[in-house]
Amino acid sequence: MRFFSSLYPLAFIMVSGVIALFYVSHTTLTSWFRRDVCFSQPSITFVELPSEMHMSERVQYKQPSVLHGRSDVASVTPWLAPIVWKDTYDPVVFDHIYKNRNLTIATTVFAVGKYILFMHDFLETAEKYFMVGFNVHYYIFTDNPKAVPEVKFSPGRVKTIIEVPGSKRWQEISSRRMEMIQKTIEEHIKDEADYIFCLDVDTKFYDYWGPESLGTLVACLHPGYYEQQRESFPYERRSASTAYIPNNEGDYYYGGAVIGGLVGEVHKVAKTCRENLELDASKSIEAAWQEESHLNRYFLYNKPTKVLSPEYLWQDFKAKTKEIRTIRFSQVIKNYAEVRPNQ
Amino acid sequence: MKLQLMPPGRGDVLTVTSWLAPIVWEGTFDSAVIDGIYKPLNVTIATTVFAVGKYITYLKDFLESAEKHYMVGYNINYYIFTDQPENIPAVTLAAGRSLWSLRVPAFNRWQEISLQRMSFIRKAIEEQIRKEASFIFCLDVDMRFDNHWGAEALGNLVAVIHPWFYQASRDSFPYERRPESLAYVHADEGDFYYGGAVFGGLIDEVYKLTGTCEEHLVIDKGKDIEAVWQEESHLNWYFIYNKPTKLLSMEYLWSDEKVKITELKVVRLSTIKKNLAAVRPN
Repeated sequence: MRFFSSLYPLAFIMVSGVIALFYVSHTTLTSWFRRDVCFSQPSITFVELPSEMHMSERVQYKQPSVLHGRSDVASVTPWLAPIVWKDTYDPVVFDHIYKNRNLTIATTVFAVGKYILFMHDFLETAEKYFMVGFNVHYYIFTDNPKAVPEVKFSPGRVKTIIEVPGSKRWQEISSRRMEMIQKTIEEHIKDEADYIFCLDVDTKFYDYWGPESLGTLVACLHPGYYEQQRESFPYERRSASTAYIPNNEGDYYYGGAVIGGLVGEVHKVAKTCRENLELDASKSIEAAWQEESHLNRYFLYNKPTKVLSPEYLWQDFKAKTKEIRTIRFSQVIKNYAEVRPNQ
Repeated sequence: MKLQLMPPGRGDVLTVTSWLAPIVWEGTFDSAVIDGIYKPLNVTIATTVFAVGKYITYLKDFLESAEKHYMVGYNINYYIFTDQPENIPAVTLAAGRSLWSLRVPAFNRWQEISLQRMSFIRKAIEEQIRKEASFIFCLDVDMRFDNHWGAEALGNLVAVIHPWFYQASRDSFPYERRPESLAYVHADEGDFYYGGAVFGGLIDEVYKLTGTCEEHLVIDKGKDIEAVWQEESHLNWYFIYNKPTKLLSMEYLWSDEKVKITELKVVRLSTIKKNLAAVRPN
């Protein structure tokens, strides 16, 4: 009997151990599952880090009115993030709040294959209109570093050229961007800049794009869909893809040509989208609009803290509508056959 | 709520400030989305209120109406600053909501209470609140919640537009106009006139606000100057130089004495009409 009674504590330990093992493996499995696969409803996040709208001295500007603003467009999202349109903000106030903070804004742009041809106009117009008066660090990703044009930069503005492989498929170039952005943030940008914008290269600046665009996590309304309802948004509609958004969901359709925010926030965007792109690839799925589909999925569950109106991403071939009081950044008309490596 | 860009949900009022802080009105936000964002964060919202002298008689209605309408479903810690903790009414609080009383002296002048609030709040944040909550709202007690007043109000630094001055031009805002005071605002300065009855935000931000206002109040006192609307004057100065990241429309602070305007689709919180002689010590 004494022999058996000494077995009881041992048995207890063993059973507890097995139970503990099941518990631990279950929780780690489910958390691993949630981290890597954005299928089931993750919680919606909206991170607003303390950013001081601090003025150090008196500034003269017109008094705002409580009862009068732009009545033709919404200037806030349903989660109360501002939507930036001309005449909704005062550039004087913004310049004053931001200019003394010595910020650096990283700006990534991909110019692979024939897309290097767009580089000159992009840089030249950026120097004229983009974040004028701020420190800007351009990160140019290209497979042809020698072809990067020499453009005169204003003081405080520099470029870094990063060589990347070319590709026979433009869709692949688009998909690999997220990985490059993630890596470059980890290896360089996180120590060099406060904010980052990831922009498409086949675009030009036509009007000022300033600190009114800065925020924790910034997305831009796609010019082709801001007048439409969510059912017509070109979200990925196959449930097998990690970018899937069902017909009755979605806030806006955001353009993949403009992503911005604090460096830490955009790092999360790039990393998550990259992981999801890879998961899809492993199942031989390519989302309808590649990274743009994944980006839209990301922004549905991680709501932008600021949304830029289509003034910040237009298309040269589109006629201006009455709500668009200025065009700041616009995709140039191009002959796809000439510039893309494939159909 | 249907998402629409054009025309906007509210075209009759300003919904974003010139520094791109949202102004919260009915029809601009979707509670389901807001709750979907904030509820999972499991935040605790500290809520301070001063009930000194006869003002303690307002506490019951304040608390009962708050339980019905204020941040329903969220964790709330009420911090009641009072000279008579024994007279705090027994009000049933919903789950996740608790009440703390913090003793303050009775004052002979109501202005004194108003002047000292910043100091008491700052101390309480330092000693207790910062360990217990992530957001804080500082509210007046002589008020009653009539409708939903929820998480759409949360932000880094939150101010409310004063119901009596939303139409006035900045040179007629009741700012402190004597240059000797640290609350001095020049006639050509100012965005909105904010009400001292409601302000809030992240603990750190409100700590900075109360610290600066307290400092300025002390310096003014040393020069024998009392700003025209006490702490509200200093608050308004602060908000010019440290712009709020979110503004609450007058829905979030109205007055029983005011006739409702068409732009006000809902009154959420209202100052009670009172016989000032009956409740003030001086």
